[in-house]
Amino acid sequence: MSQNAGAEVVLRLDRITKSFGALRANDAVSLTLRRGEVVALLGENGAGKTTLMNILFGHYVADEGVVEVFGAPLPPGNPRAALAAGVGMVHQHFTLAGNLTVLDNIRLGTESLWSRWHAGAREKVQRLSRDFGLAVHPDAKVGRLSVGERQRVEILKALYRDARVLILDEPTAVLTPQESEALFATLRKATALGLSIIFISHKLHEVMAIADRCVVLRHGRVVGEVDTHATDKAALAALMVGGELSLPRAEARAPGPVLMQLDAVSTPDRGAAPGLKAVRLSLRAGQITGLAGVSGNGQAALAEIVAGLALPGSGAISLRGSPVARWSPGEALARGVARIPEDRHHQGSIADFDLTENAVLEGYKTRFSRRGWMNWRAARGFAEGIIRDYDVRCPGPETRIRLLSGGNMQKLILGRAMAPGPEIILANQPVRGLDVGAIAYVQGQLIAARDRGAAVLLISEDLDEIMGLSDVIHVMSQGRLSPGFARGTMTAAELGLWMAGQKFGDSDAA
Amino acid sequence: MSEIVDILISASFWAAVIRIATPLILATMGELICERAGVLNLGIEGIMVIGAFAGWMAVYQGLPLWGGVAVAMGAGMLFGLLHSTLTVPFGLSQHVVGLGVTLLATASASFAYRLMLPEVTSPPKIEPFQPLHIPSLSDLPWAGEALSQTALTWTAFAVAGLVAWVLYRTPLGLAVRAVGENPAAVEAQGLSVTGLRMGAVIVGSGLMAVGGAFLTLSAFSSFFFEMVNGRGWICIALVVFGAWKPGKAVLGAILFAGFDALQIRLQQTDLGAVLPYQLFLALPFILSILALILMSRRAEVPASLMVPYNKGER
Ligand SMILES: Nc1ncnc2c1ncn2[C@@H]1O[C@H](COP(=O)(O)OP(=O)(O)OP(=O)(O)O)[C@@H](O)[C@H]1O
Ligand SMILES: [Mg+2]
Repeated sequence: MSQNAGAEVVLRLDRITKSFGALRANDAVSLTLRRGEVVALLGENGAGKTTLMNILFGHYVADEGVVEVFGAPLPPGNPRAALAAGVGMVHQHFTLAGNLTVLDNIRLGTESLWSRWHAGAREKVQRLSRDFGLAVHPDAKVGRLSVGERQRVEILKALYRDARVLILDEPTAVLTPQESEALFATLRKATALGLSIIFISHKLHEVMAIADRCVVLRHGRVVGEVDTHATDKAALAALMVGGELSLPRAEARAPGPVLMQLDAVSTPDRGAAPGLKAVRLSLRAGQITGLAGVSGNGQAALAEIVAGLALPGSGAISLRGSPVARWSPGEALARGVARIPEDRHHQGSIADFDLTENAVLEGYKTRFSRRGWMNWRAARGFAEGIIRDYDVRCPGPETRIRLLSGGNMQKLILGRAMAPGPEIILANQPVRGLDVGAIAYVQGQLIAARDRGAAVLLISEDLDEIMGLSDVIHVMSQGRLSPGFARGTMTAAELGLWMAGQKFGDSDAA
Repeated sequence: MSEIVDILISASFWAAVIRIATPLILATMGELICERAGVLNLGIEGIMVIGAFAGWMAVYQGLPLWGGVAVAMGAGMLFGLLHSTLTVPFGLSQHVVGLGVTLLATASASFAYRLMLPEVTSPPKIEPFQPLHIPSLSDLPWAGEALSQTALTWTAFAVAGLVAWVLYRTPLGLAVRAVGENPAAVEAQGLSVTGLRMGAVIVGSGLMAVGGAFLTLSAFSSFFFEMVNGRGWICIALVVFGAWKPGKAVLGAILFAGFDALQIRLQQTDLGAVLPYQLFLALPFILSILALILMSRRAEVPASLMVPYNKGER
């Protein structure tokens, strides 16, 4: 039993059921939350976690079931009532207006539309951001903030309204490990003040660190509820996927020829984001090259070069030993570069296109059309193949991709990238937001691609992932690239020093 | 060249500029409110026609001038209600609905005209708004003449100020700006996306109609079918020109009005004898297109303009 067992119940979900067409996203889900408690909500991609929280907050209306906050039932489908009852929500996809300042986003809707502003809003925001360690400037335009800062604004929004229950839907999916640590410090302060938190995450070490209790959903049903200190990561993972799970491990292999080579590639700085500084990188056949580093250190610029989205300011790119003359996204695709983009919503898919259309986005001109006419039958068959092979949970290939859960969207993009049997695979944060089962699957696919002779460039902030998969590891810091370290020659601590930029300098020549 | 300078420094020129700008300012403010809330209102052209007609007809039937303005506004709001019902809760295409509203409103005006005045051959005149006499201001030598304007013109400038103040200084304006950018942000803060968007379209349409009514109640004192003559479309361009900001949009309206007033006068100079008059007529449009290109380069479009919002979808 957790130490909060006797505390007052602040939130009760009772037998919530919700279907989308034939798909039952929530099936009689019940959950209680006590004062000062952190409950982690776990489950595979598409298990129904976001749906449940959207019902609680009033974005969706449940088919059946009740939500009670402090003993009083909430009217369904009414976010205003949820806010008034003290529920605050940080959505999986931020709900901020980019054209407004931080202060305006926070106080939006907090006063009657027919009144004038009351004084003191700025002071309250400043006080909260000091008390909870949420540093962000009240007059900054939200559109110009980093993801980490936007996250803080979302939390401030809830605190500003004196929320008693805080829902965080995958808050750490897009944060750097450092930012996640800061977030946890904030959350601990909040629970110490008596707030209760529902925390959704696929990262089990975070769950073990912050949660008192875990509720596990599978296919919309609660399949388990455990106290955190009475369980471990492996048991939680097994509960989530309904069986034992083994993470794939890549065994060392002899690498093949260099497929892609970057020579002294530099790009200009972009605002606060550093450009590349004379980067030398070889991607070899049959080898996974891991790129470690805190995001925002030039990884995006490097990924753009590899994918053909940007041209180097200086330096050269060569493929199989011959320098490339023209370089563009189309050229990259044609030369066998596959891309798993970092941002699946904006760079990886078109929200209002269906799964078939999204599946053929990269091949409609070559593989799915003849003399300018689309072959929709082949396209549909292709999409159905991906859905089957990659276990994309969806009603069918004619579903608009925006309706998919984030993890399922990622699986479709992965299937699309892998289908033509690419020679070079750019995998930028490929498992961000995926559940443990899907992570194992995606990583297994990358290893399989390597084993059939593809060169894989894996960009990730997760050192465990990099160290587990990569044959060669480079570290990026401030736009500079470290020399390549063979598998097993570096400890996490040593890589950490490189990530902090301390090892660069004299070894630049390496 | 000196002829142009002569024109530019004459008080009568500036009086004309302000007069020509008035309906543009009113309707541009209306369109700006709609677009800031995320709804493109292509009904503007027709709503200006119905406003011109309804205001004039009401006064012809015996209502006072301000009564005519109110009737015009009400008629515009009615069409705004139609537009927003179709585009907001039903999420239909804003292009199709907007053009449909323009056609319907224009046709309604001519239908009602024929119905109410079956016999007449030329439209009857009404007694329009007279220039306001403002003590001490009206007696100034140059400014007195340039600012000799009707109450409706002064109202237009006041409306522009009010719109700017509401948008940037009040909780309501903040909600309108937010709903055009990201409706999900508005809903997550407990406000009604539908309510805000429909409200903005209805109020905006009312202003467009008053812009139309200026033509009959202040500028021409009678109603002709072709009198709106594309002004609505100009206003759509002016909103872009003004980068969705009221102050800049007013400047744009004055600039366009300036070109228009200038070309009329240029036609009467020596230049008018050599160049075809169509060229002069095209001048304001050409210059506006140029200005638009220059001004709107870095404009921030409301991110959710023309994107319908369906609650309960993601
Ligand atoms: N508005 C909607 N219309 C149709 N289907 C939906 C809608 N919202 C969610 N779904 C479906 O309901 C299921 C549950 O989705 P939900 O977003 O709750 O998953 P999740 O557990 O949050 O997954 P993830 O970890 O990937 O975020 C998914 O199969 C999804 O496609
Ligand atoms: Mg989710």
